[in-house]
Amino acid sequence: MACTTGRGITRIGNFSRIWSSPCRGLQTAVHDQSPPQTKSVNLFSAVNQALHIALDTDPRAYVFGEDVGFGGVFRCTTGLADQFGKRRVFNTPLCEQGIVGFAIGLAAMGNRAIAEIQFADYIFPAFDQIVNEAAKFRYRSGNQFNCGGLTIRTPYGAVGHGGHYHSQSPEAFFCHVPGIKVVIPRSPRQAKGLLLSSIRDPNPVVFLEPKWLYRLAVEEVPEQDYMLPLSEAEVIREGSDITLVGWGAQLSVMEQACMDAEKEGISCELVDLKTLIPWDKETVEASVNKTGRLLVSHEAPVTGGFGAEISASVVERCFTRLEAPVARVCGLDTPFPLVFEPFYMPTKNKILDAIKSTVKY
Amino acid sequence: MGSWFARSRSIPYLLKRNISFLHANSSCKTLPPYKSPHGFRERPPASILSFRRLESAMVGKQAQAVAYTDDDGESQSIEFPGGRVGFTTQMEFISEATDKRVPCYRVLDDDGFPIAGTRFDQLDEETAVRMYKSMVSLQIMDTIFYEAQRQGRLSFYLTSTGEEAINIATAAALSPDDIILPQYREPGILLWRGFSIEEFASQCFGTKDGHGKGRQMPIHYGSKDLNFITVSSPIATQLPQAAGVAYSLKMDGKEACAVAFTGDGGTSEGDFHAAMNFAAVMEAPVLFICRNNGWAISTPVSEQFRSDGVVVKGQAYGIRSIRVDGNDALAVYSAIRAARMMVVREQKPVLVEALTYRVGHHSTSDDSTKYRSVKEIEQWKRSRNPMTRFRNWVQANGWWSDQEEAELRGTLRNQVLKAIQVAEKAEKPCLGDLFSDVYDKLPSNLQQQEKSLRQTITRHKQDFPPDVPL
Ligand SMILES: Cc1ncc(C[n+]2csc(CCOP(=O)(O)OP(=O)(O)O)c2C)c(N)n1
Ligand SMILES: [Mg+2]
Repeated sequence: MACTTGRGITRIGNFSRIWSSPCRGLQTAVHDQSPPQTKSVNLFSAVNQALHIALDTDPRAYVFGEDVGFGGVFRCTTGLADQFGKRRVFNTPLCEQGIVGFAIGLAAMGNRAIAEIQFADYIFPAFDQIVNEAAKFRYRSGNQFNCGGLTIRTPYGAVGHGGHYHSQSPEAFFCHVPGIKVVIPRSPRQAKGLLLSSIRDPNPVVFLEPKWLYRLAVEEVPEQDYMLPLSEAEVIREGSDITLVGWGAQLSVMEQACMDAEKEGISCELVDLKTLIPWDKETVEASVNKTGRLLVSHEAPVTGGFGAEISASVVERCFTRLEAPVARVCGLDTPFPLVFEPFYMPTKNKILDAIKSTVKY
Repeated sequence: MGSWFARSRSIPYLLKRNISFLHANSSCKTLPPYKSPHGFRERPPASILSFRRLESAMVGKQAQAVAYTDDDGESQSIEFPGGRVGFTTQMEFISEATDKRVPCYRVLDDDGFPIAGTRFDQLDEETAVRMYKSMVSLQIMDTIFYEAQRQGRLSFYLTSTGEEAINIATAAALSPDDIILPQYREPGILLWRGFSIEEFASQCFGTKDGHGKGRQMPIHYGSKDLNFITVSSPIATQLPQAAGVAYSLKMDGKEACAVAFTGDGGTSEGDFHAAMNFAAVMEAPVLFICRNNGWAISTPVSEQFRSDGVVVKGQAYGIRSIRVDGNDALAVYSAIRAARMMVVREQKPVLVEALTYRVGHHSTSDDSTKYRSVKEIEQWKRSRNPMTRFRNWVQANGWWSDQEEAELRGTLRNQVLKAIQVAEKAEKPCLGDLFSDVYDKLPSNLQQQEKSLRQTITRHKQDFPPDVPL
């Protein structure tokens, strides 16, 4: 089962007295035909497997970050220091700009630097290193130097009780930066394959992990080394009336809205973007040309979110085919709140309402 | 100096001239370096030195005091931008470490007896007893709130266990006008200044009475009335802000300082270094207090820095500093009082490193036995306990008794339990508080979003928590 508990949050920390949230695991992903050598694992274990393989297959791969040595606060690096030694898997001082700067230098020398930022909310001290350094390292040197071996992993998104600084989705900031890739997986199997691709991609990648799904999403994951292509979106549910585009944890909420819409006779097509830059416009365009309608949904505030970019591109490419305005169901334009989280979130019913009004438009 | 500016102004002219000169004569030579008869470079004639003297090299008193000059003064030193520096013919590297670690200032021994010969500020009975009672309050609040979290009644909590002395003795040594910029493990300052147990509970439960209007996670306290700027989770961000706060106090001629806290981990952030440098250069009256408790979540100090802790970093920035035993309330009180006096009187920063141990887990999201031994924790809890130590001293003075202890604990326990029960049932802040305070006034995008959200709520009431009034 993709979703191990109906009340998502009880599995993350032992915090039960919160407002019940819908199941956050994804239904669609588990219907895939799995090759025989798979194991049912959660998302943090899938990430752990990918890191394990990355270290095992490349002696020049390194994994580091705050508290990474003992396994990381989300257990993604468990056992790696024991197996690969403290010189390849290590704690860093508490300094994000240091972590990313160090990683860029390491990568520039031909290594695979896999850096962890403990929470995406804490990536901002490293913003300069990412935006002005990592993203431009190749370009500014006329391709004499590059830091393509750099991958920055960081957990993002809501968890039900994270408040301002343990909940944010900062993807849009990085999507505004030519020179880096932004990748977000929706499930354990996706996480493993996309992370290995990101690590081995010859460009710096910001890899955002949906922390709500670390424990919640459980899926059959191939045990061997495999990669999933970057910049390729995937239609994870076919439909004919409206296209829904999303990524990461939000897809499971969108999927539930699709299932509810289906009961009311609306056929929804759900697209997982997976890579936000450079993104797969063709898949989205083809889907919108088929359905004539688009809804985008993300947890980050609606204004200036990546949904705006998708919306603008679709209007450019599918203007004559659109039968309704593009709908955006996103986070509010407020800081991410604690008590008000259920109000802030782009919930299933908010999406369902938007699906209906877009289809009826 | 004048001559330098004259030269710099004529650079374009010189460049042109040199270029044509180069074309005319490719074997051009620059002046050979001055050589002594032995072939070694020696001190060039004084005239060249004085030519190199820069107007911008004129420095304030402070820098001159630290620049070293040789015995025969001027002749053995050179004026550089930033000040006069002596020179040496010995190629010597400054060691990465001193032979001896900086000792920590202590007043009480492990058992709470004053160590012979220590100098400290004598506490009066009233202050001493109030300090001890506050330490007990902090401890009891921590114990019960922590338990409440374990029972699933609170979403998160973080204790100050083991750091009660730093919390309370610092608070007692400061003036209520001093502005606190906390990290997060300093609720004792608020407690001392009069933040009630009920107020702590309101914040942690995100009720309508909490100062933060339910927006932030538990323990992110703040109080305008008590000069305590609201806790922010991102580490070290408060430190450079403290320099700005202090500069304002300085410009306003206030008899107060900014007090900024950081953990040992926090000192690794760029913001810590920016803060130290700014405070020193701006001569901002800020007291930096580092609670060096040995751990930043699972990262021990040995993986955080290779200096002799934090205290030695002060000098590199031109900041006076002291190391104190953070588990000795009397030493903390005396050191913070003295440091504060310097900061306010001399209008410049001071750094205090308080050595201690994080006895609790990092927070309720952490299990510290995964990365440190239970034996180590127990040892600090038992034989290095800051509360036992201070209590022994207070009790030895005849100011406290076992009976008073039992009564106090009983009363506090009931008060904390009651506060939790009340806060748990209290109403949450109303929906409008989701949108207010993003800006001073509600902009149109938020007005529209509020309207649309209210329509959604009417349609799907079941999706939203019933305890938030609409
Ligand atoms: C910028 C930033 N990075 C990472 C974190 C996650 N984090 C929270 S507390 C902490 C450790 C802080 O240790 P220290 O400064 O020693 O304070 P202590 O908890 O020991 O009191 C870390 C890494 C954060 N809050 N902010
Ligand atoms: Mg610490």
